[in-house]
Amino acid sequence: MSDTLLQIENLHTFFYGESTVARAVDGVSFFVGAGETIGLVGESGCGKSVTALSVLRLVRPPGRIEPGSRILFEGRDLVTLDERQLRAVRGARIAMIFQEPMTALNPVFTVGEQIAEVVRIHSKTTRRDAWQRAVEMLQIVGIPAPAERAREYPHQLSGGMRQRVVIAMALVMNPALVIADEPTTALDVTIQAQILELLQQLQRRFGMSILLITHDLGVVAETVSRVLVMYGGEIVEEASVKTLFAEAHHPYTEGLLAAMPRMGESRDRLQTIPGTVPPPTRWPEGCRFHDRCPYSWERCTREHPPLYQIGGGHVSRCHLAEEPERRAHPHEPLVMQRSSRA
Amino acid sequence: MQPPIPASAPAERLASSGVAPALTPVRAPEPPRPRRRLTGALWWSLALIALLCTIALLAPLLAPYAPNTQLDIIALKNQPPSLAHPFGTDQYSRDLLSRMLFGARISLSVALLAVLLSATVGTAYGLIAGYFGGRVDAVMMRLLDACLAIPRVLLLVAVLALWSPVPLGALIAIIGLTGWFEVSRLVRAEVLSVMQREYLLAARALGTPGFRIIWRHVLPNVLNPIIVAATLGVGNVIMLEAGLSYLGIGARAPAASWGSIFFDGSDAFQATWWIALFPGLAIIVTVLAFNVFGSALRDALDPHQLAGDRAR
Amino acid sequence: MRRYVAGRIVQSLIVVFLVTAISFFLIRLAPGDAFSFVGDYTMSDAVRNRLRAQFGYDRPLIEQFARFLGNVVRGQLGYSHSMHRDVGSILAVALPRTLLLMGAALFTSFAIGIAVGAFQAVRRGSWLDRSASGILLLFYSIPDFWLALMALLAFAYWLPIFPSGGMVDQVVHDYMSFGGRVRDVIAHLILPSLTLAVLSAAGIARFQRAALLDVLPQDYVRTARAKGLGERTVVLKHALRNALLPVITLLGLSLPALVGGTFFVEKVFSWPGMGYIAANAIASRDYDLVTGTVIVGGIMVAVGSLLADLLYAAADPRLRAR
Repeated sequence: MSDTLLQIENLHTFFYGESTVARAVDGVSFFVGAGETIGLVGESGCGKSVTALSVLRLVRPPGRIEPGSRILFEGRDLVTLDERQLRAVRGARIAMIFQEPMTALNPVFTVGEQIAEVVRIHSKTTRRDAWQRAVEMLQIVGIPAPAERAREYPHQLSGGMRQRVVIAMALVMNPALVIADEPTTALDVTIQAQILELLQQLQRRFGMSILLITHDLGVVAETVSRVLVMYGGEIVEEASVKTLFAEAHHPYTEGLLAAMPRMGESRDRLQTIPGTVPPPTRWPEGCRFHDRCPYSWERCTREHPPLYQIGGGHVSRCHLAEEPERRAHPHEPLVMQRSSRA
Repeated sequence: MQPPIPASAPAERLASSGVAPALTPVRAPEPPRPRRRLTGALWWSLALIALLCTIALLAPLLAPYAPNTQLDIIALKNQPPSLAHPFGTDQYSRDLLSRMLFGARISLSVALLAVLLSATVGTAYGLIAGYFGGRVDAVMMRLLDACLAIPRVLLLVAVLALWSPVPLGALIAIIGLTGWFEVSRLVRAEVLSVMQREYLLAARALGTPGFRIIWRHVLPNVLNPIIVAATLGVGNVIMLEAGLSYLGIGARAPAASWGSIFFDGSDAFQATWWIALFPGLAIIVTVLAFNVFGSALRDALDPHQLAGDRAR
Repeated sequence: MRRYVAGRIVQSLIVVFLVTAISFFLIRLAPGDAFSFVGDYTMSDAVRNRLRAQFGYDRPLIEQFARFLGNVVRGQLGYSHSMHRDVGSILAVALPRTLLLMGAALFTSFAIGIAVGAFQAVRRGSWLDRSASGILLLFYSIPDFWLALMALLAFAYWLPIFPSGGMVDQVVHDYMSFGGRVRDVIAHLILPSLTLAVLSAAGIARFQRAALLDVLPQDYVRTARAKGLGERTVVLKHALRNALLPVITLLGLSLPALVGGTFFVEKVFSWPGMGYIAANAIASRDYDLVTGTVIVGGIMVAVGSLLADLLYAAADPRLRAR
């Protein structure tokens, strides 16, 4: 396809507690192509946010990217860069958009200053030129009266506008990759749509790649070309968006899709996936989803599945790839059996 | 005097003037790593306090001489520390060690009693202000703010000097009556929060909840912070009383405290450094013990007060 | 914002009034008579009574207070019979000196406190952090007058680095050049202001540490890092700017305590400010002067605290809009 922009190989990010280790990201590998929009999907606790933070090495102690992880970008391994080199990448070549626009912006600086700051960090510009650039960006992201708005403080703007500012801040140096960590979760539904629309527009205009992190499959359906599903700190399925929605393979993905309320369907109650996400300090033996899976069998409790090839560009971490006949015999997932026995 | 460290003052002060507190994090941070609540500091400081109190109580048994006896005005005047007089003698040839042992009784009892008074008055004030609420509360709080603005030392000095000589009981009372502000704030805040809860229920049934009900709900929550504030207050009062006695307007002979020892020797410290050093060290050790204990107690009783010590 | 300012000013005025009232009544109610100690003890009662009437000490207390208030508003604080000048002129000279000392102490204590506190927050948990906390707790337990005494003994007598008291060199000050005179005052200022500063710094550092620890995990700090800023800029520019705000409130809160400390320090170092004057006035039962000192002291604290609150409101953009 297109050139590979970002290649993540065997990423492990662990958090060290007093007596425990939380293996938040436990062997994640994927790539992002130039100009592509990729979706990274999963529930809270699956490790998707930590993956995003790991790319820019924003994970603070007691978290740590384990040796053996490689994050290749523009010909270099980001894991091995020193501080100065890394800082040159952050904000300029790879930018991040965070989930909560209210808290992501510093309350004591004006919106314009915060955008202009990015410009001044990464290029030798005068204050005035940087400010101009900031105002331009505000206009590009669709904020009316940008010159006045630039002088305002974050608390004076609405949630949607703040997120636009955050996007402006991310894009002002024209990065090659934007990582958006749940950019719409904290916003109203109508604003969500606007922001997603904006991101797509900007991508058409600037041509950057987007790694979109979300728990909302609906968001993914609209905006990305390829989807990665995460569970238990690992990728459990990867496919093009069409394939995923039409022919999802992994039972977890099936569960997610079934749980989505859809227009035109009438149902008495929403489907859920029984059980809860296990804690990253104690991932289950074998397949990490086995106790919530309606198809699991004895093999799943002891043998950790690798990523099986399902089709072109479609992989799934499920033993059903080798024993598809098991799909005909669904049963009550083990978590339910345990709790009904208790 | 060192400024008191308020537990929640900035937000409170602004809130009482109608301005919202500034730093309210929107998203709750990760749960704190469980910290050992009862630290070693808590125990050794408590032990130290117990030791000091015991020494003070046993002063008549421990002191080699009586505190006010002039032993030998010619030979033993202003003698530096020696084996016979480990802390030296003062200008009246009194043994400093003995004076300090007896002085401990005065310093400690003045501090403890004054703090007790402060806590009582403060609690009462806070209860009344919180219970009656409305205009009464507003007026009382304004009065409180005004009292806080008056420098305590200045007022104490003026009053004590002009009324001197002040008997010990009056001294305790005056010090106590100028130190109750923080406690009253704490109690009032707690009463207000309880009133908010109980009032909603009781309003439907009986009208304004009875005073005793309020007190029953307020007391357990408020006891801990009051104890912590009182412990820290003891250290403060010891230093305050010492300062006043140094000026000659605090405790005075025969009920001499550590501060008075300073007063008696204040002319010639260059030559008689031991008169300045030892009482000072005694004060520091005592106040430190109370401060460490108060701090450790606060950490142990209310982990939410550990502002900022969260694992992240 | 305007409402807040107006409210605060009114509050300060109330405080000043209360301070005036309290000090007036307390002092006048004290036993003894202004004229029991002044002058020749052979002074006859007739002369004494005449002096009392002259200074208005024989009228009912309330009437005295009313007259006094009227005078205060007009700027007349009475007459000091121990120094034979009117109180206003005495305090007008003494007040700037105290302000100089307090200002230097305030500045230094906040500089030290903020720096240490911020450093501790950034290096949280390290042995530096913990030992700094221990040292600060120690300083918090040292009485101010004692530290002043020890400082004086140590650095003015045993190691004669600094002058042993006063504000200026009594002998040669007036003959020095301007620069020389400034240096002379500074030399005399260092020890007393440092003594005051070190004691307050303890509390400030503790507060600043907590404030910065609250700010560091905030999302906007992470954003600043993600933008490519170096760690030092992230902490100093983005984090500290927010963490300083609560510390500003300490400015107002620490003033009353600072005044108390200044009183002792002025006495030990013979710094000719208001505390020094007050001490002498008390000794000579100079009611007007004592009252005047306490009132001016209270005004100083009220104004200082008002300024500190206004500074806070101006510094936090979230409050400016109101």
